[in-house]
Amino acid sequence: MGKLMTQDKTIVVPGETLAEGMDYLPGNGTYRLGDKILAGKVGLICVEGRALKLIPLSGAYAPKRNDVIIAKVIDVAISGWRFDTNSAYSAMLSVKDATSEYIARGSNLTQYFDLGDYVTTKITNVTSQKLVDLTTKGPGLNKLRGGRVIKVNAYKVPRIIGKQGSMVSLIKNATGCKIIVGQNGLIWINGEPESEIIVVEAIKMIQGNSHIRGLTDMVKEFLEKKGCKTDAPAEAGATEKPSEKKFVKGESQ
Amino acid sequence: MSYTKRIDGRKFNETRPISAKTGVIKNADGSASFTIGNTTAYAAVYGPRNLYPKFLQNPSTGILRCNYNMMPFSGMGDRVRPGPSRRSKEISMVTQKALLPVLDLKDFPNAVVDVFIELVETDAGSRCAGICAASMALADAGVKMRDLVVAVSVGKVDDKVVVDLDYNEEAYKDGPVADIPLAIIPSTGEISLLQMDGEVTKEELIEALSEGQKIVAELYEVQKNALKERYSSKTVQE
Amino acid sequence: MNNNSKMNNDSKNHLIKSLEKGIRFDGRKLTDYRKVVVETGVSKNAEGSARVKFGDTEVVAGVKMMMEKPYPDTPEQGVIMVNAEFLPMASPEFESGPPGIDSIELSRVVDRGIRESKAIDLKKLCLKKGEKVWMVSIDICTINADGNLLDASALAALAALQNARFPEYVDDEVNYKKHTDEKLPMDKLPLPVTIHKIGNFFIVDPSREEEHGVEARLTITSTEKGIICALQKGGATLTNDEVAQMLELALEKSTELRKYF
Repeated sequence: MGKLMTQDKTIVVPGETLAEGMDYLPGNGTYRLGDKILAGKVGLICVEGRALKLIPLSGAYAPKRNDVIIAKVIDVAISGWRFDTNSAYSAMLSVKDATSEYIARGSNLTQYFDLGDYVTTKITNVTSQKLVDLTTKGPGLNKLRGGRVIKVNAYKVPRIIGKQGSMVSLIKNATGCKIIVGQNGLIWINGEPESEIIVVEAIKMIQGNSHIRGLTDMVKEFLEKKGCKTDAPAEAGATEKPSEKKFVKGESQ
Repeated sequence: MSYTKRIDGRKFNETRPISAKTGVIKNADGSASFTIGNTTAYAAVYGPRNLYPKFLQNPSTGILRCNYNMMPFSGMGDRVRPGPSRRSKEISMVTQKALLPVLDLKDFPNAVVDVFIELVETDAGSRCAGICAASMALADAGVKMRDLVVAVSVGKVDDKVVVDLDYNEEAYKDGPVADIPLAIIPSTGEISLLQMDGEVTKEELIEALSEGQKIVAELYEVQKNALKERYSSKTVQE
Repeated sequence: MNNNSKMNNDSKNHLIKSLEKGIRFDGRKLTDYRKVVVETGVSKNAEGSARVKFGDTEVVAGVKMMMEKPYPDTPEQGVIMVNAEFLPMASPEFESGPPGIDSIELSRVVDRGIRESKAIDLKKLCLKKGEKVWMVSIDICTINADGNLLDASALAALAALQNARFPEYVDDEVNYKKHTDEKLPMDKLPLPVTIHKIGNFFIVDPSREEEHGVEARLTITSTEKGIICALQKGGATLTNDEVAQMLELALEKSTELRKYF
């Protein structure tokens, strides 16, 4: 008979024996060694029937097609921009994917995106050699003006967003801050200085307690303790979807 | 002469006190410290990240780079001149070789994982402490790895096979000494680092290696607990 | 990729907006330090050592003492040497290799404070004129760099010097395994405080993020008697008036930091 050596929702480390015997099946993040199943990463173990699955708790962001990320301009080239994606790979945005507006050859590209600018952008392609292409054509894809950017563990992003965006909406409504969460673990926050600090604390709280049940209530309680209203209707601007504004030049705003 | 009692009173198969912690360097993608006796190593992992110059890139996998360094004031004698030495370069290389067999960096072609090992204080066994810290830091960074790597020195002092020699034992004058730094992959018992200096018989060497294997579980436990503590902690604020 | 380390104007304006309200990105007031932790005796082989944390910034300093021949122009004086290593472990912005200009500047500023205040009586480090003097080297190593490395490093260096005990010296040989009870002849604490200017605001103890938005800085090293013994300006220009304000703030903050000794 197979024997489970761990429990559902426990934290395991590489090399740890999770099960013995052939009754269990190694899922993501685990592997078989002889008649045992071992962990291949630090993570949270999920026992789903006979399958053992490991949910990673840390690690670098891996760029994926269709992910909306927040990226930073690190180079302005002849025909586009190179971005830091908070991953092992930088990404290219070519002029033709930046805007439907006509940009003449040889024009000064820094008036659109300059070094150090943060941009909400979507990944359109990732090759096997990890060449990453971006687009800023589309709703909400734009240069981020004002505000500040914080970095979180990319594996916690789903919890920060919450089911159908419930968690991030809760924080937005309570604090009146605009928040955009990039899949790559960069989060843009723009609001009143005091409110931004509450947002940062709430996000840290989610990061540190991401695998705990009742997280939403915990965050709610925290926000209320900070004097935020969590049941009030959204303040103006707070829940506004990433703006669908047309592409605007750097100078024109 | 016979080595009947260890200088610091330990049993022959006993290590010095060990402690470990992960997440000790906030800027790093993964980090750990590992202390054995008066030897303390820090390890920080950065990456997988962009690798330049480009000719170093490998299109089929990410690569691992290790850098071992002693802080200038960490040594037993004179100040250690900062910057790489022949010794630190060799240790960096064998550290990389000791860790690589457990890692899977295929998902990160052309990229690099950098491991920086810094010794704050040393009393023998520094490369082993560095490897222990580094393997924990790699796990903390979320790197795909089939196991941690445990490292400890074994050897002999005079006529006795011992585990985890300290400086005084390495410097023992009344008989032959052998120091054998060893790295082992716990789940399989494979050896990924093996060096020695001193003199030893074939039988003693075999015995020393088997003493090394016996102590692996104990060290792995320390590493495992340090990692679990970090991730179970409910108040962790990154 | 150093050109990325500066904040863009947009981000900087946002930071200034916050400073106008008297608060910083992490909730501190403009002239608040982060939590300061000082720990001594952290590396047993060093003659003295200390670890200093300012929030997430962490440095370790260690003192080693060696018996050397004095420099010919100062045959009756011992030697003090300060060196800083910006270890690549401490930040993705640091690279391996020989010391860069930032770490050289840092070590020189720390060195200048100790030297110019005559905090250590170098004559007392001389054992035999022209032949034997103690050479005291202070090495500062970064563990995690999250801003204000200079103030943290200087604090660590001073704490390590205070923590140091001479090793035994018998038969022309230093015995590093045995330390005496004798401390370094040090009777002053030349403590640097760096004041940073962002927009029209002065802040202390910036985080790395804030440092990227700093326009100018002035490091002011003073002794407990309020005597200023070293200065170092960085970045943009300053007016007389600004320097006066920065001096005032630095002296006030140095008193505050002294309580950690």
